[in-house]
Amino acid sequence: MESILEFIYLHREIIFILILSVFLGVEVISNVPSVLHTPLMSGANAIHGVVIIGAIIVMGHAETTLALILGFVAVVLGTLNVVGGFVVTDRMLSMFNKKQKQ
Amino acid sequence: MDEVIKAEELFSFTLGESILEITYIIASVLFIVGLKKLSHPDTARRGNIWAATGMALAIVSTLVFHKQDGEHIHNIGWIVAAIATGTLIGTLIARRVQMTAMPQLVSFFNGMGGAAAALISLMEFPHISPDLIRAHGMFNGQVLVILLGLMIGSVSFSGSMIAYGKLDGKISDIRSGLLRIVNMALLVLLVAFIVYIMSLGAVEPASVMPLLYAFLAISLLYGISFVMPIGGADMPVVISLLNSFTGVAAAMGGFLYNNQVMLTGGILVGSAGTILTILMCKAMNRSLSNVILGAFGGSKADDSGEAGQIKEIGISDAAVLLNYSPKVLIIPGYGLAVAQAQMLTREVDHKLGQNGVEVHYAIHPVAGRMPGHMNVLLAEADIPYDKLLESEEANEQMQDVDLAVVIGANDVVNPAAEEDPSSPIAGMPILQAYKAKNIIVMKRGMGLGYAGIENKLFYNDKTRMLFGNAKESLQQVLNEIKNMD
Repeated sequence: MESILEFIYLHREIIFILILSVFLGVEVISNVPSVLHTPLMSGANAIHGVVIIGAIIVMGHAETTLALILGFVAVVLGTLNVVGGFVVTDRMLSMFNKKQKQ
Repeated sequence: MDEVIKAEELFSFTLGESILEITYIIASVLFIVGLKKLSHPDTARRGNIWAATGMALAIVSTLVFHKQDGEHIHNIGWIVAAIATGTLIGTLIARRVQMTAMPQLVSFFNGMGGAAAALISLMEFPHISPDLIRAHGMFNGQVLVILLGLMIGSVSFSGSMIAYGKLDGKISDIRSGLLRIVNMALLVLLVAFIVYIMSLGAVEPASVMPLLYAFLAISLLYGISFVMPIGGADMPVVISLLNSFTGVAAAMGGFLYNNQVMLTGGILVGSAGTILTILMCKAMNRSLSNVILGAFGGSKADDSGEAGQIKEIGISDAAVLLNYSPKVLIIPGYGLAVAQAQMLTREVDHKLGQNGVEVHYAIHPVAGRMPGHMNVLLAEADIPYDKLLESEEANEQMQDVDLAVVIGANDVVNPAAEEDPSSPIAGMPILQAYKAKNIIVMKRGMGLGYAGIENKLFYNDKTRMLFGNAKESLQQVLNEIKNMD
């Protein structure tokens, strides 16, 4: 229990950010029209690709070959998430834009 | 001398560190603004680019400025190679895949993020700070965060892969009460694992690795059994949910590294994803638990013995009806997507336009396999935006419509939603096709819709059924119309 409390104390700022981000996330996407549900889901999907930062840090401090290989895989997967996510979202939205101009 | 060098090191350390933190702040702001813009039709595309810019900033800055124990990132060459590989494969897949397969693709990329989060946890576990273990044993925040990241990431990965398989038609639904019990058991087991590992006391993290692998395996299994019983038509909701899971898994990494951008990005998606999931359920007039437990298909509320007679229509009669109805309303559904009939629909539309027929499309918010599915498909076929009507608009005009053509849609035009309070879809807003003067329903067969209930529209006096693959039927109808000239 004590250590959990200590963890909370040590990370109080980040916990603060966490709580505010929860409310922010809710606030930011309320009132989204249903047509945009899928592109929004896809865009959000790309954003959680931020996990790649963690993969880079792991790989950046890898000491054994195994760690390097696993880190390599993690970075590739993270990049897939990021790049694939943003490109797919853009592709979906480009179709919406096209038809709105017509 | 020594002191001078130390001061310089200190200075360069803080400088790099501050640039890193500042770029992280900028990246977080770009994520938030990007997400905000993504939720408005006019700014959506820009929002996506803003978020992508934020991501690029965060990645480059981490590569250049990140320090751990005073050391810069090693293996830069390998990391850049990995990023290049991922970029190449990701772009290729994202560009090549057909628009109809879009939901699968989102699910696939989501799974990749989950797997990356799980891998990070797996690799960081042996590196838990020895001081922390000496002081508190395994019962500390780092262990908890790693375990949660591993569990949520793996569930998201295996779950997304199953969702991908289901949408791709490779995996069929399994509905059994047993699976629900298995699910509960696995969940309890996972919690038990977390409690047990954390109560181990001051042990070497490396010695716990076998347990951790077992924990990983159970998490993966849980992801599979969690998604398995959920119907294929509900996959968008599930993907949205798994999407927010991955966000939370990424945020766990943020905790682990005290990294703000991972935390903001992850939590933002976690909470926005959850709200989006709930919004999607609302559009179908169902609750999230109803989707997850799969209430559809179990009970058949309405046994319509007095259903009446089905009346079929031939290709040539259908063509005549289309060609001589002044006002035609097309109601597309998942069947149109499956048959890849969007291009042919446009050709028929075009031909009818030449013959003076006014053609519109009524888009139900949940028609297809994801919200906005039909909009994307019809946009792909270059059907003008002003021909698409939203549900309410379409319903207002419905009594003036001479012919409503339902292509591969079922539950979204089922009058039971309005008439029968005991129906599983009771209260769901529908397209009131039954109000049109004539109705043609294109369908592969008399199979039930996803909700597993009869559709009285098919037995309506004004309704004619045109059985067969939508693409083939439309092609034949088109030829027939052309022959009439």
